[in-house]
Amino acid sequence: MSRLLIKGGRIIDPATKLDAPRDVLLDGGRIVAIEETIEAPGAEVLNAAGKIVAPGFIDLRARLREPGLEHAETIETGTRAAAAGGFTAVCAMPHTSPCNDSPTVTRYIRGRAAEQGSVRVLPVGALTHGCKGEQLAEIGSMKEAGVVAVSDGDRSLHDSGLMRRAMRYAGSFDLTVIAHCEDPYLGAGGQVADGPKASRLGLTGIPGSAETAIVAREIVLAKETGTRTHLAHLSTREAVEMVRRAHGDGIPVTAEVSAHHLTLTVDDVPDYDSNFKLRPPLRTEDDRQALIAGLADETLAAVISDHAPHTGNVKMQEFEDCPFGASGLETAVSLTIEALSESVPTMRLIEVFTTGPAAALGRNDLGRLRIDGPADLTLLDLEREWTFQIADSASKSRNSPVNGRSFKGGPAATIVAGKIAWKAAS
Amino acid sequence: MTPNTFRNEFEAPADLASRNLLGIEELDRSEIERLLDRGLTFKRRRGELDPALSAKLEHKTIVNLFFEPSTRTRTSFEIAAKRLGAHTVSIQTQGSSLSKGESLVDTLNTLSAMQPDAIVMRHAASGAPHFLSRFLPTPIINGGDGRHEHPTQALLDAMTILERRGKLDGLRVAIIGDVSHSRVARSNIHLLAKFGVDLVLCGPATMVSGNLRELAPGITLTTKMNEAVADADVIMMLRVQLERQNVPVFPKNEYFQFYGLEVEHLKSAKPDALVMHPGPINRGRELSNEVADSKSSVILNQVSNGISIRMAVLERACGGETE
Repeated sequence: MSRLLIKGGRIIDPATKLDAPRDVLLDGGRIVAIEETIEAPGAEVLNAAGKIVAPGFIDLRARLREPGLEHAETIETGTRAAAAGGFTAVCAMPHTSPCNDSPTVTRYIRGRAAEQGSVRVLPVGALTHGCKGEQLAEIGSMKEAGVVAVSDGDRSLHDSGLMRRAMRYAGSFDLTVIAHCEDPYLGAGGQVADGPKASRLGLTGIPGSAETAIVAREIVLAKETGTRTHLAHLSTREAVEMVRRAHGDGIPVTAEVSAHHLTLTVDDVPDYDSNFKLRPPLRTEDDRQALIAGLADETLAAVISDHAPHTGNVKMQEFEDCPFGASGLETAVSLTIEALSESVPTMRLIEVFTTGPAAALGRNDLGRLRIDGPADLTLLDLEREWTFQIADSASKSRNSPVNGRSFKGGPAATIVAGKIAWKAAS
Repeated sequence: MTPNTFRNEFEAPADLASRNLLGIEELDRSEIERLLDRGLTFKRRRGELDPALSAKLEHKTIVNLFFEPSTRTRTSFEIAAKRLGAHTVSIQTQGSSLSKGESLVDTLNTLSAMQPDAIVMRHAASGAPHFLSRFLPTPIINGGDGRHEHPTQALLDAMTILERRGKLDGLRVAIIGDVSHSRVARSNIHLLAKFGVDLVLCGPATMVSGNLRELAPGITLTTKMNEAVADADVIMMLRVQLERQNVPVFPKNEYFQFYGLEVEHLKSAKPDALVMHPGPINRGRELSNEVADSKSSVILNQVSNGISIRMAVLERACGGETE
């Protein structure tokens, strides 16, 4: 296998708090040396001067749509978009068709990823059969087949008793439960954040209480069951404060925010533009500031892409009938740099894509640089100026609220198992 | 939004944006005044035998596309078009166009390719005409979109008030009922606020969201009928829109008791206060028989004025005044 020498970069490894100029030598899909200067005659050289060399970035929340919904995305196209976004691993949410609620589907996803994936795919199994919220899925055998966590995706369980049992059961297999936090009654029929804009547009609002009611429930259940619980894509100040208090009480919860919610607010939503119809909805500037502060003080562990690809014709319809979600893999890192570079040190910026997501999954082997560890690395260029054009996206999805946005800073190269999976055009 | 739909081969009129009537919110006061003047002119000339009037939109084709049941508004638009000599085609269809597998954009593009001069559209989804206007080369007149706006209703209401009061500025108008779910209310609020009207919105908090205060300047909210009607120049009653509430927002058997308009209420309003209602009225639910049939009620004037104002709107959509 060919060797790859990453030369002249600034290594940042949050797991060891290393921040220094180092060369890195990769061989056979492994990291074999990290030293001040490495000479490796015959090795391919990747010039990393002026760039940050970090452990491979992990996205905790993407929808790759395969199997069954290949018209919207495939593992092949979704992971190419992930590579172009600087991610070396993506968690694939279970909303596929069939839903990933059995070891058979899990194995299928892993097989397709091994054949066609540009980056690693970490399947997330369903908590309940068909993500219907009625009966526990085969969580133990899915763990054996390779799921990294369990979740009912974009639904909160109606039945609090079932959620408690699911958390107890998943905890027995040392799996994190990832919880979407939206009370199905408080959020019923909702289209955008509750507030003046919803009233002006005549759209049903989703109140903040739809999120916080479930955040509160999951926190008390995490305390009772002791199961590691990860609260997905939070959007409100109150939710961040509840997680902060839970940490103070020693409750095993982690939480995340999407890159879109770090950079956009409800005021940015053009009237009836379905590209901005996200779940949870975009909220106020005050909420956005609280989410940034939550990342800065480590209340929130991770930033996610929340990649939700849809085919053009389902987004090209009346706002109320459109599905939620936007493409996110290619812009998440640049949006996060835009939102955080003023307020957090670069080390923290790297953590939210590496040790943060790894901790949420309870996987300390991920998101760090180790000799003999997998050669998954993300190179960042904080000076790189580029413009996102959805028409050029590797994803099949053409729905993005940040189409045409210009960025300063973004991924420069993505290295998976010692090979360059993607490199920015220079 | 990526315009990945097919394109019509003919060009949109250069002034397309100013021919659309999507909502009242985006119109400025002078434009509203122009439409109201024109509506009043059409109404005056109705009595005359005027061949110029009945040929004004000769050779023009207006498509009325109603995705929700409507008798009043659709008929009103049809008569308005016919009085100006236009051809009309009315299509009434239930439910989403997607039920046939065709998207709304494609349905409208198909109609648009037949080159009508304007499309009047009613749809259950808020914003549907706004969304379509980004893709179509044909002027769109919003005949009511979901819970958002119903601009011709607000125009005809304003015309009705103007006829009786001669002005809008400085009046006190109470809007009573399910304001949150009402497109009639939203358009009226935008219109009246542009004329400095003192607006009182009244209903239980499940029907009058606090957010409505931020729609425009000069709005106060109350949950009490007697506060709303006190000194009112105009009392607008809204229809209870059961079909637009995702879940029931009030116990319907006690609605009239707290928010129905009765003769007693009129005593605390201005002596010649007007009672309005967009219809169809539910006697005994929104207003009593006595109020509906009283001399304060201008409900039927609203209906007649609807035709004149829609003539003005159609004329504007087809390119404006031509005499």
